[in-house]
Amino acid sequence: MKGRPESVSPEVEQRPVVLAIEDLTHYFESLRAVYDFSVTLKQGELVGLIGPNGAGKTTIFNLVTGVYLPTEGRAHYDGVELLGLPSHEIIQMGIARTFQNIRLFANLTVLDNVRIAFHPHAGYGLLDSVLRLRRFHDKEAEMVEQCQELLGIFGLEERQNDIAGSLPYGLQRRLEIARALATRPRLLLLDEPAAGMNPQEIDQLMELIHFIRDHFHLTIFLVEHRMRLVMNICEWITVMDFGEIIARGTPAEVRNDPGVIEAYLGRQAIR
Amino acid sequence: MLRRLRGSNAYFLLGVVLVFVVVQVLLSVGVVNDYWRGILFWGAAITMVSLGLNLIYGFNGQFSLGQYGFYAIGAYTSADVTYRWVHSDPGGLVVVIGGCALALLLLLGVSALLRRFYGVSTLAKFLFSLLATVLGFFLAVRVLNPVLGPPLYNFLQVTVPKAMLLLFEPLSGFRIYAFLETLPAVISQQVVFFLALLGGATLAGIISYLFGIPVLELGSDYFGIATLGFTIIIKVLADNTDTLLPFPEMKGARGMVGIPAWTTWPWVFLAFIFVVLLMRNVLHSSTGRAIVSVREDERAARLMGINVTSCKVLAFVLGSFVAGLAGGIRAHDIAFLHPQSFNFIKSFDPLIIVVFGGLGSLTGTIFAGFAWILLLEGVLRLYLPEGFETWRFVVYPLILLVMMLLRPQGLMGKYEIPFLRQRLPEPRKKADQTPEEVVA
Repeated sequence: MKGRPESVSPEVEQRPVVLAIEDLTHYFESLRAVYDFSVTLKQGELVGLIGPNGAGKTTIFNLVTGVYLPTEGRAHYDGVELLGLPSHEIIQMGIARTFQNIRLFANLTVLDNVRIAFHPHAGYGLLDSVLRLRRFHDKEAEMVEQCQELLGIFGLEERQNDIAGSLPYGLQRRLEIARALATRPRLLLLDEPAAGMNPQEIDQLMELIHFIRDHFHLTIFLVEHRMRLVMNICEWITVMDFGEIIARGTPAEVRNDPGVIEAYLGRQAIR
Repeated sequence: MLRRLRGSNAYFLLGVVLVFVVVQVLLSVGVVNDYWRGILFWGAAITMVSLGLNLIYGFNGQFSLGQYGFYAIGAYTSADVTYRWVHSDPGGLVVVIGGCALALLLLLGVSALLRRFYGVSTLAKFLFSLLATVLGFFLAVRVLNPVLGPPLYNFLQVTVPKAMLLLFEPLSGFRIYAFLETLPAVISQQVVFFLALLGGATLAGIISYLFGIPVLELGSDYFGIATLGFTIIIKVLADNTDTLLPFPEMKGARGMVGIPAWTTWPWVFLAFIFVVLLMRNVLHSSTGRAIVSVREDERAARLMGINVTSCKVLAFVLGSFVAGLAGGIRAHDIAFLHPQSFNFIKSFDPLIIVVFGGLGSLTGTIFAGFAWILLLEGVLRLYLPEGFETWRFVVYPLILLVMMLLRPQGLMGKYEIPFLRQRLPEPRKKADQTPEEVVA
């Protein structure tokens, strides 16, 4: 199948396809950011996308979530064509993402950050809230409870009424993941979740990612810079350089690929 | 119901009733004369306009100078309805209410239809919505008015009074009969006034919807410029109501006279409380949080599944609806409308009030709105020598400048009285072992 390494176990190959990106190409003016990119994710996989700075990794996420419209190519989620849909509809279909540079609603409380992401599932309308009907009170209480449960998983329960911008950096990263999960995704796109974290925090993050994948039955597609994280948790990896795929395979295979070593690991070295 | 009547809610209700009764008594006794009554009503109207702007600018982050345009639309529309009514022409009422109802239905239909297609361009949506609105009002003018107009007028002005008088017939010997005799006229007047206010506000809302569809796609700064243009267009149209537009009774640049002065304290009060409650209830709901998230970070909001465009349109339409309502209240208070009072320079007033009171603070806007009128139009006009008005545009910017230097967050900052404050939910009781501990 297109966009998959050969070395994945046959058991995984049996699972349904969640995200299928085919022949994606994107130009910024005359700059070729992404060229002929394909990847296919199956249910429950944890897949990494790595590459040097400016390789086009974040652009892939932006294309999938409707921030940019690609020059060419297709992307299907659960068999539905994504490209051309507005972002909020793509998110409501069940794709959630985080951002490389944290984009929390910094002036709002931690709980409100999560509740905003919950909005499409609020279950009541404008009329209910203007007239303060029973449904408003019921659904609102339900929402708070679900958000608090989510915050509990991320150890943010105690800080629910703090302003999000005042949280320490590591907690802001966690809150971003919690907020993304509040949109009730089945596919989670993590854009450099470990950026700016120390080794100890990265260890916690790896466990957290495994935990949320199992707990929320997610498929996770992860862009990362830190080799330790990617090599340790991803089932297989796609390597990009200058917008093109240069290698694909399990962490062990990628690590020994001469093209990858030349483009990336040769300079960066595995830490 | 009673369960919710505790704490801040109970205090608010108590305060509201107290304010209403005290002012009503003062007005009835005559302690508050016509001058101060006018100032009070004017303050309420300006505050409503400013609350609408606070929703658009303070909470949704869309810089708008269009509030006075919608204020004018509400004022002229409702004034025309009542003016025609007292001149035995039910046309205004039927066309405005019927047209708004038809247009709303058609607009709902259009948006439901377009939602089934992907990739509908903004311009196409605007065009279909415009067509729907025009069709709605065309039908109201050509079909509803001739068919419904005369019977409705007869019903409200002749049938109902006759029936009521027949009902009161047995009491004709008593002193109360003199009062009962006047009742039918009062009731029909109040009904018409209510419908006129509603119609003016709804028309302002519909027009803001049509205007907002294409313009809200622009960034906030461009939106500000476009709304400024809108205010100027409305002013020019108001100048030419008798020549360009078919409304000779509005008398163009000479100003509309003969509007019935039907605004009374209960109406002002009801409209004001309605607006405050509307703002509070919308803002402290999931929709309100979505509106605020657009202000905080538009892209992040979009990528959290928030339909940013519909949030902007909703805030804009609600804000304009409120401005239209305030316009109706004001028009029937001063009983005179002049295009000059809807000048685009004036449209900075609500902006200054909102910034003064604190962007994103309802309490601040209410305080600043009343203080603005009370000080600048009330107290200063009485105690400062004549000719001071010409200095106002020197004084405003100076006050604003000092304000921005000393308190850039506005008078109230983010402060809200308890009733208007968002209640922070209690943290859950900690479970014996959270999943976090399992992980760590």
